[in-house]
Amino acid sequence: MLYAILCYNAEDVVMSWSQEEDDAVMAQLNVTHARLEAEGKLGPSLRLMPTTAATTLFKSQDLVVDGPYAETKEQLLGLYILDISGLEEGLEIARELGKANPGGAYELRPLRLYLPGASVG
Amino acid sequence: MTDPAWIDAALSGARPRAVGALLRYFRDLDTAEEAFQDACLRALRTWPVNGPPRDPAAWLIMVGRNAGIDGARRRAKQTVLPDEAELSDTEDAETPLAERLDGADYRDDVLRLLFICCHPDLPATQQIALALRIVSGLSVRQIARAFLVGESAMEQRITRAKAKIAASGVPFETPGPVERAERVAAVAAMIYLLFNEGYSAGGRQEDRAQLADEAIRLARLLLRLYQTEPEIMGLTALLLLQHARSAARFDTDGEIILLDDQDRSLWNTSMIGEGLALVDKAMRHRRPGPYQIQAAIAALHGRAARAEDTDWRGIVTLYEVLEQHTPSPVITLNRAVAVSKTGGPQAALDLIAPLEGRLAGYFHFHGVRGALLLQLGKEADARTAFNKAIALANTPAEAAHIRGHLDRLLQPDRTA
Repeated sequence: MLYAILCYNAEDVVMSWSQEEDDAVMAQLNVTHARLEAEGKLGPSLRLMPTTAATTLFKSQDLVVDGPYAETKEQLLGLYILDISGLEEGLEIARELGKANPGGAYELRPLRLYLPGASVG
Repeated sequence: MTDPAWIDAALSGARPRAVGALLRYFRDLDTAEEAFQDACLRALRTWPVNGPPRDPAAWLIMVGRNAGIDGARRRAKQTVLPDEAELSDTEDAETPLAERLDGADYRDDVLRLLFICCHPDLPATQQIALALRIVSGLSVRQIARAFLVGESAMEQRITRAKAKIAASGVPFETPGPVERAERVAAVAAMIYLLFNEGYSAGGRQEDRAQLADEAIRLARLLLRLYQTEPEIMGLTALLLLQHARSAARFDTDGEIILLDDQDRSLWNTSMIGEGLALVDKAMRHRRPGPYQIQAAIAALHGRAARAEDTDWRGIVTLYEVLEQHTPSPVITLNRAVAVSKTGGPQAALDLIAPLEGRLAGYFHFHGVRGALLLQLGKEADARTAFNKAIALANTPAEAAHIRGHLDRLLQPDRTA
């Protein structure tokens, strides 16, 4: 079953991490990433630039607005695509990721359509 | 979830918003800072046990406000006559927190906190030191080290700056649109100064990087408050694009490596990516300004995978536009460097010749002039220019860089 894990966290906290702290979190996350990849469970994963780099298009008025769509306490900062047995396993993985990457929340959303597209980046 | 590093990051991330709100409640910077300190101590005790709150800033504001009020009550008892009016005023301020934390309020709070550091009576270095202390929450020791002064000297400097601010009164009225724009511009200028201090300061690499990191953090903070301001996008982009090169700017001996000679694989690609994205966003507004133009110049460097891929013609054009916006001999000097790449060293020398009078005391003028003369093979003139530059160097690294040129000039068997 394909799931997305959407990563929400308080941007001002994450942006306050020093490079070393950031590197430490990433190194710890990479342990889990490597395992999931080896097990063939990890699909595309991404970390978004800060919301200050975002631009939003409001479709009906064709209105372009600087900033993210939603002004929230926690921001969408990244996401994983996972091929897993179901919610139970998803939550287990999310807990493990959460130990490495504190604060905020993970939203687990089953995928309805997955188009791998071309290999970019 | 509650390890010390995370709590630390949460506290410093929440600091501008929390101290800004507390300053509005207490109308006194020292009280606001003390209240925030109290709240942080409470956070360090309770967050590891109860877990961190959903909104650390809101928690700190509430706890800080209560701590500040308690402090005021204690002091009131000690000073015999409790000021009833003041206390009930403070009680009145306890309207529902959610309402108090709405977006507009929070924006003005943080802007005010940044803006009071930009008091026009304060010299630039004091503005920066104050912002680092009040907004970023760096310790006096950290700030002193970054500025290469003693801790007590820095302490005094900050105390004096605070006294000046208190004496002139903090502006608490909600600013109108014009005033707000002026404040944003003043804050942007202060952030730019802070970054330049980090960019040019001598001292240890880590201290320099810390100033630059803080400047970028403040620029992002300002941009989050004013998401649609192209100049703030430009400022943030400029800082990111410049800082992206920091690992390549010095060799292991601390000697300056010029842009052309830098190992571009050391450039920070995610910073460059973010900078380019912000330049893109800013351009859409078609309201160019000095920060945007400088960012666009930095972007052309950032886009060049190799030095020889640099779009120097584009850079010359951008410097011309920048000069129209903010005429300055330093910008002409920079344009001359770009012109030397497209039109040769003589064209560049012709361009800077009229600047001699105004830039006679400027290190880079003589450094650039020397390098151009050297390209033309005018070694004696180059040596004179380099000697002038050395005498005006601001940092040991600058002096060492020029000395490198001179040393190479003195070697009889050098290869050109």
